[in-house]
Amino acid sequence: MTTLATPIDRRSSRFVPATLIVARRAALRYLRTPQLVVLGTIQMAGFMLVYRYVFGGAIDAGNIPYVDFVVPGFVTTGVLFMGIGASVAVAEDLEQGFIDRLRSLPIPRSSVLAARALADTAILTWSLGVTVAIGFLVGFRLHGSLLEGLAAFGLVVLFGYVFEWTFIAMGLFARTPQAAQGFGLLVFPLTFLSSAYVPVDSMPRALQLFAEYQPITYMVDAVRALTLGPDASAQLGHPAGYFITRALAWAVAILAVSVPLSVARYRRG
Amino acid sequence: MTPTIEAHGLEKRYGKTTALDGLDLVAEAGQVVAVLGPNGAGKTTFVRAVATLLRLDGGTLRVAGHDVRREPDAVRRSIGLAGQFAAVEPAMTGRENLEMVARLFGRDRRTARAAAADVLATLALTDDADRLVRTYSGGMRRKLDLGASLVGSPRLLLLDEPTTGLDPRSRMDLWDAIRALVEAGTDVLLTTQYLDEADNLASQIVIVDHGRAVATGTPAELKRRIGGNVIEVHARRRDDLATVAIALDGLAGGEAAIDEATRRVTVGVDSDRAPLVSALRSVEAAGVEIDDIAMRQPTLDEVFLALTGRAAAG
Repeated sequence: MTTLATPIDRRSSRFVPATLIVARRAALRYLRTPQLVVLGTIQMAGFMLVYRYVFGGAIDAGNIPYVDFVVPGFVTTGVLFMGIGASVAVAEDLEQGFIDRLRSLPIPRSSVLAARALADTAILTWSLGVTVAIGFLVGFRLHGSLLEGLAAFGLVVLFGYVFEWTFIAMGLFARTPQAAQGFGLLVFPLTFLSSAYVPVDSMPRALQLFAEYQPITYMVDAVRALTLGPDASAQLGHPAGYFITRALAWAVAILAVSVPLSVARYRRG
Repeated sequence: MTPTIEAHGLEKRYGKTTALDGLDLVAEAGQVVAVLGPNGAGKTTFVRAVATLLRLDGGTLRVAGHDVRREPDAVRRSIGLAGQFAAVEPAMTGRENLEMVARLFGRDRRTARAAAADVLATLALTDDADRLVRTYSGGMRRKLDLGASLVGSPRLLLLDEPTTGLDPRSRMDLWDAIRALVEAGTDVLLTTQYLDEADNLASQIVIVDHGRAVATGTPAELKRRIGGNVIEVHARRRDDLATVAIALDGLAGGEAAIDEATRRVTVGVDSDRAPLVSALRSVEAAGVEIDDIAMRQPTLDEVFLALTGRAAAG
Protein backbone atom coordinates (compact mmCIF):
# COMPACT_ATOMS: atom_id res chain seq x y z
CA MET A 1 0.00 0.00 0.00
CA THR A 2 1.44 3.31 -1.03
CA THR A 3 -0.04 5.21 1.93
CA LEU A 4 2.74 3.90 4.09
CA ALA A 5 5.31 5.50 1.85
CA THR A 6 3.64 8.92 1.82
CA PRO A 7 5.49 11.29 4.13
CA ILE A 8 3.26 12.38 6.96
CA ASP A 9 3.42 15.33 9.26
CA ARG A 10 3.86 13.84 12.70
CA ARG A 11 2.81 16.95 14.58
CA SER A 12 -0.69 17.04 16.02
CA SER A 13 -3.12 19.17 14.13
CA ARG A 14 -3.35 22.31 16.11
CA PHE A 15 -6.42 23.65 17.81
CA VAL A 16 -7.76 26.04 15.14
CA PRO A 17 -7.47 23.83 12.05
CA ALA A 18 -8.75 20.80 13.95
CA THR A 19 -11.72 22.79 15.26
CA LEU A 20 -12.60 24.05 11.80
CA ILE A 21 -12.36 20.59 10.23
CA VAL A 22 -14.57 19.00 12.87
CA ALA A 23 -17.01 21.93 12.75
CA ARG A 24 -17.33 21.60 8.98
CA ARG A 25 -18.55 18.06 9.40
CA ALA A 26 -21.25 19.10 11.91
CA ALA A 27 -22.40 21.86 9.58
CA LEU A 28 -22.50 19.52 6.57
CA ARG A 29 -24.50 17.01 8.57
CA TYR A 30 -27.12 19.71 9.14
CA LEU A 31 -27.10 21.17 5.63
CA ARG A 32 -27.31 17.77 3.96
CA THR A 33 -30.27 16.67 6.03
CA PRO A 34 -33.10 18.57 4.31
CA GLN A 35 -35.61 17.41 6.93
CA LEU A 36 -33.75 19.41 9.56
CA VAL A 37 -33.46 22.56 7.48
CA VAL A 38 -36.94 22.62 5.93
CA LEU A 39 -38.95 21.25 8.85
CA GLY A 40 -37.12 23.48 11.30
CA THR A 41 -38.03 26.56 9.29
CA ILE A 42 -41.65 25.52 8.77
CA GLN A 43 -42.03 24.77 12.46
CA MET A 44 -40.60 28.12 13.41
CA ALA A 45 -42.89 29.97 11.00
CA GLY A 46 -45.90 27.98 12.21
CA PHE A 47 -45.34 28.83 15.87
CA MET A 48 -44.73 32.43 15.02
CA LEU A 49 -48.08 32.62 13.21
CA VAL A 50 -49.85 30.93 16.12
CA TYR A 51 -48.47 33.43 18.64
CA ARG A 52 -49.02 36.40 16.41
CA TYR A 53 -52.55 35.64 15.26
CA VAL A 54 -54.05 33.02 17.63
CA PHE A 55 -52.79 33.93 21.11
CA GLY A 56 -51.88 37.47 20.19
CA GLY A 57 -55.45 38.74 20.27
CA ALA A 58 -56.00 37.50 23.83
CA ILE A 59 -52.75 38.73 25.40
CA ASP A 60 -52.47 42.29 26.67
CA ALA A 61 -48.86 43.46 26.42
CA GLY A 62 -49.59 46.92 27.82
CA ASN A 63 -49.08 49.78 25.46
CA ILE A 64 -46.80 47.86 23.06
CA PRO A 65 -48.39 46.12 20.05
CA TYR A 66 -48.23 42.37 20.84
CA VAL A 67 -46.24 41.66 17.68
CA ASP A 68 -43.46 43.99 18.89
CA PHE A 69 -43.64 42.34 22.28
CA VAL A 70 -43.58 38.70 21.19
CA VAL A 71 -41.17 38.65 18.25
CA PRO A 72 -38.09 39.53 20.37
CA GLY A 73 -39.27 36.97 22.93
CA PHE A 74 -39.83 34.37 20.26
CA VAL A 75 -36.46 34.92 18.60
CA THR A 76 -34.56 34.89 21.90
CA THR A 77 -36.20 31.72 23.22
CA GLY A 78 -35.66 30.21 19.77
CA VAL A 79 -32.04 29.55 20.73
CA LEU A 80 -33.24 27.18 23.45
CA PHE A 81 -35.50 25.20 21.18
CA MET A 82 -32.74 24.97 18.57
CA GLY A 83 -30.34 23.89 21.30
CA ILE A 84 -32.29 20.70 21.91
CA GLY A 85 -31.21 19.58 18.44
CA ALA A 86 -27.57 20.23 19.33
CA SER A 87 -27.90 18.20 22.48
CA VAL A 88 -29.38 15.28 20.55
CA ALA A 89 -26.61 15.52 17.95
CA VAL A 90 -23.92 15.34 20.66
CA ALA A 91 -25.58 12.27 22.20
CA GLU A 92 -25.76 10.67 18.75
CA ASP A 93 -22.06 11.25 18.17
CA LEU A 94 -21.34 9.68 21.52
CA GLU A 95 -23.59 6.69 20.98
CA GLN A 96 -22.44 6.01 17.43
CA GLY A 97 -18.75 6.05 18.32
CA PHE A 98 -17.93 9.20 16.39
CA ILE A 99 -16.62 10.93 19.49
CA ASP A 100 -14.48 7.87 20.27
CA ARG A 101 -12.92 8.18 16.84
CA LEU A 102 -12.17 11.86 17.38
CA ARG A 103 -10.80 11.18 20.85
CA SER A 104 -8.42 8.58 19.43
CA LEU A 105 -6.95 11.10 16.96
CA PRO A 106 -3.91 13.27 17.66
CA ILE A 107 -5.87 16.51 18.01
CA PRO A 108 -6.38 18.71 21.07
CA ARG A 109 -9.39 17.24 22.84
CA SER A 110 -10.87 20.67 23.46
CA SER A 111 -11.22 21.18 19.71
CA VAL A 112 -14.02 18.61 19.44
CA LEU A 113 -16.35 20.47 21.80
CA ALA A 114 -15.28 23.86 20.47
CA ALA A 115 -16.13 22.64 16.97
CA ARG A 116 -19.57 21.55 18.05
CA ALA A 117 -20.27 24.94 19.69
CA LEU A 118 -18.95 26.78 16.64
CA ALA A 119 -20.90 24.77 14.07
CA ASP A 120 -24.12 24.90 16.03
CA THR A 121 -23.82 28.62 16.62
CA ALA A 122 -23.40 29.11 12.88
CA ILE A 123 -26.46 26.99 12.16
CA LEU A 124 -28.34 28.85 14.86
CA THR A 125 -27.43 32.23 13.38
CA TRP A 126 -28.91 31.14 10.09
CA SER A 127 -32.12 29.87 11.70
CA LEU A 128 -32.42 33.05 13.75
CA GLY A 129 -32.08 35.09 10.59
CA VAL A 130 -34.98 33.18 9.07
CA THR A 131 -37.05 33.66 12.24
CA VAL A 132 -36.39 37.40 12.26
CA ALA A 133 -37.40 37.63 8.59
CA ILE A 134 -40.68 35.87 9.36
CA GLY A 135 -41.13 38.27 12.26
CA PHE A 136 -40.86 41.27 9.93
CA LEU A 137 -43.33 39.59 7.57
CA VAL A 138 -45.98 39.34 10.27
CA GLY A 139 -45.63 42.99 11.22
CA PHE A 140 -42.72 43.33 13.66
CA ARG A 141 -40.87 46.67 13.40
CA LEU A 142 -37.72 48.15 14.94
CA HIS A 143 -38.50 51.27 16.94
CA GLY A 144 -34.89 52.09 17.69
CA SER A 145 -31.94 52.51 15.33
CA LEU A 146 -30.72 49.85 12.94
CA LEU A 147 -27.56 49.65 15.03
CA GLU A 148 -29.63 48.79 18.10
CA GLY A 149 -31.44 46.18 16.03
CA LEU A 150 -28.15 44.61 14.99
CA ALA A 151 -26.96 44.72 18.59
CA ALA A 152 -30.13 42.90 19.61
CA PHE A 153 -29.47 40.22 17.01
CA GLY A 154 -25.84 39.96 18.16
CA LEU A 155 -27.02 39.44 21.73
CA VAL A 156 -29.32 36.62 20.70
CA VAL A 157 -26.46 34.89 18.86
CA LEU A 158 -24.28 35.33 21.95
CA PHE A 159 -26.98 33.83 24.18
CA GLY A 160 -27.27 31.03 21.66
CA TYR A 161 -23.54 30.31 21.96
CA VAL A 162 -23.78 30.38 25.76
CA PHE A 163 -26.70 27.94 25.90
CA GLU A 164 -24.97 25.80 23.27
CA TRP A 165 -22.52 24.77 26.00
CA THR A 166 -25.36 23.87 28.32
CA PHE A 167 -26.84 21.67 25.61
CA ILE A 168 -23.46 20.09 24.87
CA ALA A 169 -23.18 19.20 28.55
CA MET A 170 -26.71 17.80 28.50
CA GLY A 171 -25.96 15.71 25.42
CA LEU A 172 -22.77 14.34 26.98
CA PHE A 173 -24.52 13.43 30.21
CA ALA A 174 -27.60 12.03 28.49
CA ARG A 175 -25.48 9.64 26.36
CA THR A 176 -28.46 8.58 24.20
CA PRO A 177 -30.41 10.80 21.79
CA GLN A 178 -33.69 9.78 23.45
CA ALA A 179 -32.49 10.89 26.86
CA ALA A 180 -31.11 14.11 25.40
CA GLN A 181 -34.51 14.82 23.87
CA GLY A 182 -36.03 14.19 27.30
CA PHE A 183 -33.65 16.62 29.01
CA GLY A 184 -34.63 19.09 26.33
CA LEU A 185 -38.15 19.29 27.77
CA LEU A 186 -36.68 21.42 30.56
CA VAL A 187 -36.69 24.19 28.00
CA PHE A 188 -40.48 24.48 28.22
CA PRO A 189 -40.88 25.64 31.84
CA LEU A 190 -37.87 27.90 31.41
CA THR A 191 -39.27 29.69 28.36
CA PHE A 192 -42.94 29.79 29.36
CA LEU A 193 -42.16 31.04 32.87
CA SER A 194 -40.41 34.07 31.47
CA SER A 195 -41.30 37.38 29.88
CA ALA A 196 -40.92 35.86 26.41
CA TYR A 197 -44.59 35.41 25.45
CA VAL A 198 -46.62 37.17 28.14
CA PRO A 199 -45.85 40.05 30.53
CA VAL A 200 -44.55 38.65 33.82
CA ASP A 201 -46.96 40.77 35.92
CA SER A 202 -49.88 38.81 34.49
CA MET A 203 -48.66 35.69 36.35
CA PRO A 204 -49.53 34.61 39.92
CA ARG A 205 -47.14 36.03 42.53
CA ALA A 206 -45.15 32.80 43.11
CA LEU A 207 -44.46 32.33 39.41
CA GLN A 208 -43.60 36.00 39.02
CA LEU A 209 -40.80 35.64 41.55
CA PHE A 210 -39.19 32.92 39.47
CA ALA A 211 -39.98 34.52 36.13
CA GLU A 212 -38.61 37.92 37.02
CA TYR A 213 -35.11 36.82 38.03
CA GLN A 214 -34.40 33.89 35.74
CA PRO A 215 -31.94 34.40 32.87
CA ILE A 216 -34.40 34.09 29.99
CA THR A 217 -36.43 37.06 31.17
CA TYR A 218 -33.38 39.30 31.37
CA MET A 219 -32.17 38.09 27.98
CA VAL A 220 -35.56 38.57 26.33
CA ASP A 221 -35.99 42.01 27.88
CA ALA A 222 -32.49 43.06 26.84
CA VAL A 223 -33.28 42.16 23.24
CA ARG A 224 -36.76 43.65 23.46
CA ALA A 225 -35.50 46.92 24.91
CA LEU A 226 -33.03 47.31 22.04
CA THR A 227 -35.80 46.88 19.46
CA LEU A 228 -38.17 49.25 21.25
CA GLY A 229 -35.70 52.11 21.04
CA PRO A 230 -36.22 55.28 23.10
CA ASP A 231 -39.56 54.10 24.54
CA ALA A 232 -38.04 50.98 26.11
CA SER A 233 -37.59 52.47 29.56
CA ALA A 234 -41.17 53.68 29.76
CA GLN A 235 -42.58 50.38 28.59
CA LEU A 236 -40.32 47.86 30.34
CA GLY A 237 -39.60 49.82 33.51
CA HIS A 238 -35.85 50.05 32.91
CA PRO A 239 -33.55 51.19 30.08
CA ALA A 240 -31.88 48.61 27.84
CA GLY A 241 -28.58 48.81 29.76
CA TYR A 242 -30.25 47.50 32.93
CA PHE A 243 -31.38 44.32 31.22
CA ILE A 244 -28.22 43.89 29.16
CA THR A 245 -25.86 43.95 32.16
CA ARG A 246 -28.00 41.41 34.03
CA ALA A 247 -28.40 39.20 30.97
CA LEU A 248 -24.63 39.23 30.41
CA ALA A 249 -24.00 38.39 34.05
CA TRP A 250 -26.28 35.38 33.69
CA ALA A 251 -24.50 34.44 30.43
CA VAL A 252 -21.12 34.45 32.18
CA ALA A 253 -22.53 32.37 35.03
CA ILE A 254 -24.03 29.82 32.64
CA LEU A 255 -20.76 29.53 30.70
CA ALA A 256 -18.80 29.20 33.94
CA VAL A 257 -20.86 26.13 34.83
CA SER A 258 -21.50 24.57 31.41
CA VAL A 259 -18.01 24.69 29.89
CA PRO A 260 -16.10 23.01 32.74
CA LEU A 261 -18.92 20.50 33.13
CA SER A 262 -18.82 19.59 29.42
CA VAL A 263 -15.04 19.39 29.34
CA ALA A 264 -14.89 17.24 32.46
CA ARG A 265 -17.55 14.87 31.15
CA TYR A 266 -15.83 14.65 27.78
CA ARG A 267 -12.42 13.97 29.31
CA ARG A 268 -13.75 11.21 31.52
CA GLY A 269 -14.81 9.21 28.46
CA MET B 1 12.10 -3.19 17.96
CA THR B 2 9.96 -2.21 20.93
CA PRO B 3 6.84 -4.31 21.37
CA THR B 4 3.72 -2.72 19.91
CA ILE B 5 1.81 -3.22 23.13
CA GLU B 6 3.11 -3.94 26.60
CA ALA B 7 0.36 -4.27 29.19
CA HIS B 8 1.05 -5.30 32.75
CA GLY B 9 -1.52 -5.81 35.45
CA LEU B 10 -4.18 -3.59 33.86
CA GLU B 11 -7.11 -2.79 36.10
CA LYS B 12 -10.33 -0.96 35.34
CA ARG B 13 -13.48 -0.89 37.39
CA TYR B 14 -16.85 0.62 36.55
CA GLY B 15 -18.63 0.96 39.86
CA LYS B 16 -18.86 -2.58 41.20
CA THR B 17 -18.06 -4.24 37.88
CA THR B 18 -14.45 -5.16 37.26
CA ALA B 19 -13.77 -4.88 33.53
CA LEU B 20 -10.00 -5.49 33.66
CA ASP B 21 -8.60 -7.52 36.50
CA GLY B 22 -4.83 -7.63 36.16
CA LEU B 23 -4.63 -8.17 32.41
CA ASP B 24 -1.16 -8.87 30.99
CA LEU B 25 -0.48 -8.81 27.28
CA VAL B 26 2.58 -8.26 25.14
CA ALA B 27 2.24 -7.84 21.39
CA GLU B 28 5.58 -8.04 19.58
CA ALA B 29 6.12 -5.85 16.52
CA GLY B 30 5.08 -7.41 13.25
CA GLN B 31 2.25 -9.43 14.72
CA VAL B 32 -1.47 -9.67 14.43
CA VAL B 33 -2.84 -10.29 17.88
CA ALA B 34 -6.40 -11.43 18.43
CA VAL B 35 -8.01 -10.93 21.79
CA LEU B 36 -10.61 -13.63 21.99
CA GLY B 37 -13.29 -13.83 24.61
CA PRO B 38 -17.00 -13.82 25.34
CA ASN B 39 -19.11 -10.68 25.80
CA GLY B 40 -18.14 -8.85 28.94
CA ALA B 41 -14.67 -10.42 29.15
CA GLY B 42 -13.00 -7.03 28.99
CA LYS B 43 -11.98 -6.99 25.32
CA THR B 44 -13.50 -3.64 24.46
CA THR B 45 -12.25 -2.08 27.69
CA PHE B 46 -8.75 -3.20 26.78
CA VAL B 47 -8.95 -1.71 23.28
CA ARG B 48 -10.30 1.53 24.71
CA ALA B 49 -7.38 1.65 27.12
CA VAL B 50 -4.90 1.15 24.26
CA ALA B 51 -6.69 3.88 22.28
CA THR B 52 -6.30 6.30 25.24
CA LEU B 53 -10.07 6.51 25.58
CA LEU B 54 -10.21 5.67 29.26
CA ARG B 55 -8.29 6.16 32.45
CA LEU B 56 -6.92 2.93 33.92
CA ASP B 57 -7.25 2.26 37.63
CA GLY B 58 -4.00 0.32 37.75
CA GLY B 59 -1.18 -1.30 35.82
CA THR B 60 1.12 0.02 33.12
CA LEU B 61 0.36 0.21 29.44
CA ARG B 62 2.81 1.21 26.74
CA VAL B 63 1.81 1.46 23.09
CA ALA B 64 4.58 1.68 20.49
CA GLY B 65 6.90 2.45 23.40
CA HIS B 66 4.78 5.35 24.73
CA ASP B 67 3.05 5.35 28.07
CA VAL B 68 -0.70 5.89 27.57
CA ARG B 69 -0.94 8.09 30.65
CA ARG B 70 2.10 10.29 30.15
CA GLU B 71 2.26 10.52 26.35
CA PRO B 72 -1.28 10.03 25.08
CA ASP B 73 -0.67 12.22 22.04
CA ALA B 74 2.28 10.10 20.89
CA VAL B 75 0.09 7.01 21.35
CA ARG B 76 -2.70 8.58 19.29
CA ARG B 77 -0.27 9.28 16.47
CA SER B 78 0.69 5.59 16.42
CA ILE B 79 -2.79 4.07 16.32
CA GLY B 80 -5.85 3.86 14.14
CA LEU B 81 -9.12 2.79 15.71
CA ALA B 82 -12.06 1.06 14.07
CA GLY B 83 -14.82 0.18 16.44
CA GLN B 84 -17.90 -1.99 16.74
CA PHE B 85 -19.93 0.80 15.25
CA ALA B 86 -19.03 2.29 11.93
CA ALA B 87 -18.03 5.74 13.17
CA VAL B 88 -18.23 7.48 9.84
CA GLU B 89 -20.37 10.48 8.93
CA PRO B 90 -23.41 9.40 6.88
CA ALA B 91 -23.97 12.92 5.51
CA MET B 92 -20.53 13.01 3.90
CA THR B 93 -19.14 11.00 1.02
CA GLY B 94 -16.68 8.20 1.61
CA ARG B 95 -13.90 10.36 0.24
CA GLU B 96 -14.83 13.35 2.41
CA ASN B 97 -14.83 11.13 5.49
CA LEU B 98 -11.34 9.85 4.82
CA GLU B 99 -9.97 13.28 3.89
CA MET B 100 -11.34 14.68 7.13
CA VAL B 101 -9.60 12.07 9.25
CA ALA B 102 -6.38 12.42 7.25
CA ARG B 103 -6.43 16.17 7.84
CA LEU B 104 -7.01 15.65 11.54
CA PHE B 105 -3.87 13.52 11.48
CA GLY B 106 -2.06 16.68 10.47
CA ARG B 107 -1.79 16.19 6.72
CA ASP B 108 -2.29 19.18 4.46
CA ARG B 109 -5.14 19.29 1.96
CA ARG B 110 -3.14 17.81 -0.90
CA THR B 111 -1.55 14.87 0.92
CA ALA B 112 -4.84 14.19 2.69
CA ARG B 113 -6.50 13.85 -0.70
CA ALA B 114 -3.79 11.48 -1.89
CA ALA B 115 -3.96 9.37 1.28
CA ALA B 116 -7.74 9.11 1.02
CA ALA B 117 -7.53 8.05 -2.63
CA ASP B 118 -4.95 5.41 -1.71
CA VAL B 119 -7.03 3.93 1.05
CA LEU B 120 -10.18 3.95 -1.10
CA ALA B 121 -8.31 2.02 -3.76
CA THR B 122 -6.91 -0.45 -1.24
CA LEU B 123 -10.38 -1.21 0.07
CA ALA B 124 -11.94 -1.30 -3.41
CA LEU B 125 -14.24 1.60 -2.54
CA THR B 126 -13.11 3.96 -5.31
CA ASP B 127 -16.29 3.48 -7.35
CA ASP B 128 -18.47 4.48 -4.42
CA ALA B 129 -16.12 7.12 -3.04
CA ASP B 130 -18.24 10.11 -4.05
CA ARG B 131 -21.58 8.83 -2.82
CA LEU B 132 -22.95 9.89 0.55
CA VAL B 133 -22.19 7.24 3.16
CA ARG B 134 -25.90 7.28 4.01
CA THR B 135 -26.41 5.21 0.86
CA TYR B 136 -23.74 2.60 1.75
CA SER B 137 -24.51 -0.95 2.86
CA GLY B 138 -23.49 -2.07 6.35
CA GLY B 139 -20.46 -3.90 5.01
CA MET B 140 -19.29 -0.87 3.02
CA ARG B 141 -19.64 1.38 6.04
CA ARG B 142 -17.55 -1.01 8.09
CA LYS B 143 -14.92 -1.03 5.35
CA LEU B 144 -14.89 2.75 5.25
CA ASP B 145 -14.56 2.80 9.03
CA LEU B 146 -11.55 0.55 8.64
CA GLY B 147 -10.29 2.96 6.01
CA ALA B 148 -10.68 5.89 8.40
CA SER B 149 -8.41 4.10 10.84
CA LEU B 150 -5.84 3.69 8.07
CA VAL B 151 -5.47 7.12 6.50
CA GLY B 152 -3.12 8.22 9.25
CA SER B 153 -0.77 5.35 8.34
CA PRO B 154 -0.74 4.09 11.92
CA ARG B 155 1.82 1.62 13.20
CA LEU B 156 -0.94 -0.24 15.03
CA LEU B 157 -4.50 -0.83 13.94
CA LEU B 158 -7.07 -1.44 16.66
CA LEU B 159 -10.09 -3.34 15.43
CA ASP B 160 -12.81 -3.88 17.98
CA GLU B 161 -15.02 -6.73 16.77
CA PRO B 162 -14.59 -5.63 13.17
CA THR B 163 -17.02 -8.13 11.67
CA THR B 164 -19.71 -8.39 14.35
CA GLY B 165 -23.13 -8.13 12.72
CA LEU B 166 -21.90 -8.50 9.15
CA ASP B 167 -23.22 -11.05 6.68
CA PRO B 168 -20.79 -13.85 5.78
CA ARG B 169 -19.83 -12.32 2.45
CA SER B 170 -18.98 -8.89 3.85
CA ARG B 171 -17.13 -10.66 6.61
CA MET B 172 -14.86 -12.49 4.15
CA ASP B 173 -14.42 -9.21 2.29
CA LEU B 174 -13.27 -7.43 5.41
CA TRP B 175 -10.95 -10.30 6.31
CA ASP B 176 -9.30 -9.97 2.90
CA ALA B 177 -8.86 -6.24 3.45
CA ILE B 178 -7.32 -6.82 6.87
CA ARG B 179 -4.99 -9.50 5.51
CA ALA B 180 -3.80 -7.14 2.79
CA LEU B 181 -2.93 -4.55 5.42
CA VAL B 182 -1.04 -7.05 7.48
CA GLU B 183 0.99 -8.04 4.44
CA ALA B 184 1.79 -4.37 3.92
CA GLY B 185 3.32 -4.34 7.39
CA THR B 186 0.70 -2.87 9.72
CA ASP B 187 0.44 -4.41 13.18
CA VAL B 188 -3.08 -5.28 14.22
CA LEU B 189 -4.80 -5.83 17.51
CA LEU B 190 -8.28 -7.18 17.01
CA THR B 191 -10.94 -8.39 19.37
CA THR B 192 -13.39 -11.04 18.42
CA GLN B 193 -15.86 -13.55 19.78
CA TYR B 194 -15.22 -15.89 16.89
CA LEU B 195 -12.51 -18.49 16.99
CA ASP B 196 -12.44 -18.81 13.21
CA GLU B 197 -11.81 -15.07 12.88
CA ALA B 198 -8.86 -15.24 15.28
CA ASP B 199 -7.61 -18.36 13.54
CA ASN B 200 -7.85 -16.75 10.10
CA LEU B 201 -6.21 -13.45 10.87
CA ALA B 202 -4.01 -13.68 13.91
CA SER B 203 -0.49 -14.90 14.50
CA GLN B 204 -1.01 -14.70 18.25
CA ILE B 205 -4.22 -15.31 20.18
CA VAL B 206 -4.85 -14.09 23.71
CA ILE B 207 -7.89 -15.59 25.36
CA VAL B 208 -9.42 -13.32 27.97
CA ASP B 209 -12.06 -14.00 30.55
CA HIS B 210 -13.20 -11.91 33.50
CA GLY B 211 -10.70 -9.18 32.67
CA ARG B 212 -7.56 -11.29 32.59
CA ALA B 213 -5.62 -13.29 30.02
CA VAL B 214 -6.26 -16.99 30.57
CA ALA B 215 -4.23 -18.39 27.67
CA THR B 216 -1.82 -17.11 25.04
CA GLY B 217 -0.34 -18.78 22.02
CA THR B 218 -0.27 -19.15 18.28
CA PRO B 219 -3.46 -20.58 16.77
CA ALA B 220 -1.64 -23.88 16.24
CA GLU B 221 -0.47 -24.05 19.84
CA LEU B 222 -3.89 -23.33 21.23
CA LYS B 223 -5.51 -25.82 18.93
CA ARG B 224 -3.08 -28.45 20.06
CA ARG B 225 -4.08 -27.72 23.61
CA ILE B 226 -7.75 -28.06 22.86
CA GLY B 227 -7.34 -30.97 20.48
CA GLY B 228 -7.90 -29.38 17.09
CA ASN B 229 -11.35 -29.95 15.64
CA VAL B 230 -14.53 -31.31 17.07
CA ILE B 231 -16.65 -34.13 15.78
CA GLU B 232 -20.32 -33.77 16.52
CA VAL B 233 -22.84 -36.58 16.23
CA HIS B 234 -26.60 -36.14 16.43
CA ALA B 235 -28.13 -39.39 17.59
CA ARG B 236 -31.67 -40.20 16.53
CA ARG B 237 -32.69 -41.69 19.89
CA ARG B 238 -31.80 -40.39 23.31
CA ASP B 239 -31.14 -43.95 24.55
CA ASP B 240 -28.25 -44.30 22.12
CA LEU B 241 -26.26 -41.31 23.40
CA ALA B 242 -24.14 -43.36 25.81
CA THR B 243 -23.36 -45.93 23.11
CA VAL B 244 -22.27 -43.16 20.73
CA ALA B 245 -20.06 -41.65 23.42
CA ILE B 246 -18.33 -44.98 24.02
CA ALA B 247 -17.80 -45.45 20.29
CA LEU B 248 -16.27 -41.97 19.97
CA ASP B 249 -14.12 -42.34 23.09
CA GLY B 250 -12.15 -44.95 21.20
CA LEU B 251 -10.89 -42.31 18.78
CA ALA B 252 -7.82 -40.21 19.38
CA GLY B 253 -8.44 -36.95 21.23
CA GLY B 254 -10.35 -36.18 24.39
CA GLU B 255 -13.29 -37.62 26.15
CA ALA B 256 -16.67 -37.47 24.44
CA ALA B 257 -19.21 -35.08 25.93
CA ILE B 258 -22.94 -35.78 25.89
CA ASP B 259 -25.57 -33.08 25.58
CA GLU B 260 -28.90 -34.71 26.44
CA ALA B 261 -31.07 -31.76 25.46
CA THR B 262 -29.91 -31.59 21.86
CA ARG B 263 -29.13 -35.35 21.56
CA ARG B 264 -25.56 -34.49 20.61
CA VAL B 265 -22.25 -36.12 21.39
CA THR B 266 -19.07 -34.15 20.77
CA VAL B 267 -15.43 -35.14 20.94
CA GLY B 268 -12.20 -33.26 20.25
CA VAL B 269 -10.08 -34.86 17.56
CA ASP B 270 -6.66 -34.49 16.06
CA SER B 271 -7.21 -32.93 12.65
CA ASP B 272 -4.02 -34.36 11.14
CA ARG B 273 -5.56 -37.76 10.54
CA ALA B 274 -8.90 -38.43 8.90
CA PRO B 275 -11.00 -38.67 12.05
CA LEU B 276 -14.39 -38.14 10.44
CA VAL B 277 -14.20 -41.38 8.51
CA SER B 278 -13.11 -43.43 11.53
CA ALA B 279 -15.77 -41.75 13.67
CA LEU B 280 -18.44 -42.65 11.16
CA ARG B 281 -17.15 -46.23 11.03
CA SER B 282 -17.13 -46.72 14.79
CA VAL B 283 -20.61 -45.22 15.20
CA GLU B 284 -21.84 -47.51 12.45
CA ALA B 285 -20.11 -50.48 14.07
CA ALA B 286 -21.92 -49.65 17.31
CA GLY B 287 -25.17 -50.05 15.37
CA VAL B 288 -26.62 -46.65 16.25
CA GLU B 289 -28.92 -44.61 14.02
CA ILE B 290 -27.75 -41.05 13.62
CA ASP B 291 -29.26 -37.93 12.07
CA ASP B 292 -26.04 -36.17 11.33
CA ILE B 293 -22.31 -36.31 11.81
CA ALA B 294 -19.94 -33.45 11.15
CA MET B 295 -16.48 -32.16 11.87
CA ARG B 296 -16.11 -28.49 12.77
CA GLN B 297 -13.93 -26.01 14.62
CA PRO B 298 -14.51 -25.84 18.34
CA THR B 299 -16.81 -23.08 19.54
CA LEU B 300 -15.64 -20.48 21.97
CA ASP B 301 -17.48 -22.38 24.72
CA GLU B 302 -15.54 -25.54 23.96
CA VAL B 303 -12.27 -23.64 23.90
CA PHE B 304 -13.05 -22.22 27.30
CA LEU B 305 -14.03 -25.59 28.61
CA ALA B 306 -10.80 -27.10 27.36
CA LEU B 307 -8.56 -24.30 28.63
CA THR B 308 -10.22 -23.28 31.85
CA GLY B 309 -12.29 -26.32 32.72
CA ARG B 310 -15.48 -24.29 32.81
CA ALA B 311 -17.96 -22.64 30.52
CA ALA B 312 -17.41 -19.10 29.21
CA ALA B 313 -18.91 -16.26 31.19
CA GLY B 314 -21.71 -14.14 29.74
